[in-house]
Amino acid sequence: MAGLKDATAIVGIGQTAFGKQLPESEKTLACRAILGALDDAGIAPSEVDAFASYTMEETDEVEVAKAVGAGDVTFFSKVGFGGGGSCATVAHLAAAVATGQASVGVAWRSRKRGSGPRPWKNTAVQLPTPAQWTRPYGLLRPADEIAMLARRYMHEYGATRDHLFNVALACRNRANQNPAAMMYERPLTRDMYMTARMISEPLCLFDNCLETDGALACVIVSAERARDCRQKPVYVHSVAQGLPSQHHGMVNYWNDDPLTGPAWTAARHLWKQADFGPEDVDVAQIYDAFTPLIPLSLEGYGFCGRGEGGAFTEGGALEIGGRLPLNTGGGGLSEAYVHGFNLINEGVKQLRGISTAQVPGAGTCLVTAGEGVPTSALLLRGA
Amino acid sequence: MTESESCYLSPVIDDDGAPFWHYAAQSQLRIQACASPACGELRFPPRPCCPHCGSFESEWRLMSGRGRIWSYVVPHPPLLPAYAAVAPYNAIIVELADAPRIRLVGNLVASADAALNSVDPGRLRIGAKVQVVFTDVDGVTMPRWVLERP
Repeated sequence: MAGLKDATAIVGIGQTAFGKQLPESEKTLACRAILGALDDAGIAPSEVDAFASYTMEETDEVEVAKAVGAGDVTFFSKVGFGGGGSCATVAHLAAAVATGQASVGVAWRSRKRGSGPRPWKNTAVQLPTPAQWTRPYGLLRPADEIAMLARRYMHEYGATRDHLFNVALACRNRANQNPAAMMYERPLTRDMYMTARMISEPLCLFDNCLETDGALACVIVSAERARDCRQKPVYVHSVAQGLPSQHHGMVNYWNDDPLTGPAWTAARHLWKQADFGPEDVDVAQIYDAFTPLIPLSLEGYGFCGRGEGGAFTEGGALEIGGRLPLNTGGGGLSEAYVHGFNLINEGVKQLRGISTAQVPGAGTCLVTAGEGVPTSALLLRGA
Repeated sequence: MTESESCYLSPVIDDDGAPFWHYAAQSQLRIQACASPACGELRFPPRPCCPHCGSFESEWRLMSGRGRIWSYVVPHPPLLPAYAAVAPYNAIIVELADAPRIRLVGNLVASADAALNSVDPGRLRIGAKVQVVFTDVDGVTMPRWVLERP
């Protein structure tokens, strides 16, 4: 069976500015990012025949296609579960292109989360099952839901706030190198972290991602066509989605082992399809809505054993020159929180060799989507 | 502030969950279980059929109401107004003594009708033994938890 391995490539990336409040609409930002990505690829909008996006965005493919001037579209998908769907957009387009359902795919994400409302404040929409078992007790926000798992994780394995600080610091240090990052000019110190206001103990302000307006997009074509494109291709080496048995999105409290999550499921499939393993990953872009997702994901994707994710962050392991340079654009914690799409584009930049915090000679990159919800992941390989 | 914003959130009860709240109103903590004699597995949250055997027959089994704190958080603002008014408060997960894999989110309080912030956060401990109590919140009977040894 012909698989997806290296059958397609990301050949264009685009993004808008990131900010707390941008004047343009979500739809306008989406169109700017998409046209930017197509221009980067050197492909005309009229050639686009596939779109992929993910939920918690208002703009749909009908609006996008007619605004950017797409041709006849023969494949379109919308993946569920917000930030868990980021990498799945690329996965779906890779499958569509590799199987001949389409030839030029565009994945995008646009959000007005900086100037728009906090989703958890909408009590009407946010109270379906299983929220009847959590929200009345004041477990209201994603930060509360993840803090519950973080507390248990710290208790079981001896992880500390210093480990979470290591994550926040690595992301902030990379953002300080990235002029496009919201935290470009805002260094973080251990003292700032340890004295920050708490959001949901044990998580403080700096354990939480940013609130961002902005949009990003990328363009996927066959590996064959990629050879003729303007940019150095970045191959989609392996893709996976993950919905574990008996998983409960965000409030994963009701199965035998709540401290394993979708990362474990996605990882098993991701590595099974790949020619290399975790030890061969040069740089990682791991979904960081909250700092504890990093130690959990490090375990899930096989960079260390169970309970070792906290200790893995020690000794500068996540910094440039460390064992696994992390979120080299600054991630959701310090570049922009656009439901993880900036992690995809940053992975592409690393494998083109143009990141603002370039890992020398980076040839492989893991990109992950939201952990704690049904998720997805990509292994990217440079040309 | 509207009236709804000034209140705690009430559970939005669905068909599968309705029996839990029906029994809670009688001060009983009951958990859904498969009613197939060959299976009998407990499950939570409630759902239409048994993930172990596929049976659609279920019963609601009475629990002792004893458990241990599995994890907890202490939320601080920004929060919905009713919760911000009592912040910092606690939200806990209790694993039931009768069925440790069944875990319920709740609040540790000093007594059944006490406020969500009635226990000093410094007294929260993973592993602490707790006992269920029931209280009326805006017309809905809610389970709460008190320390077995206050």
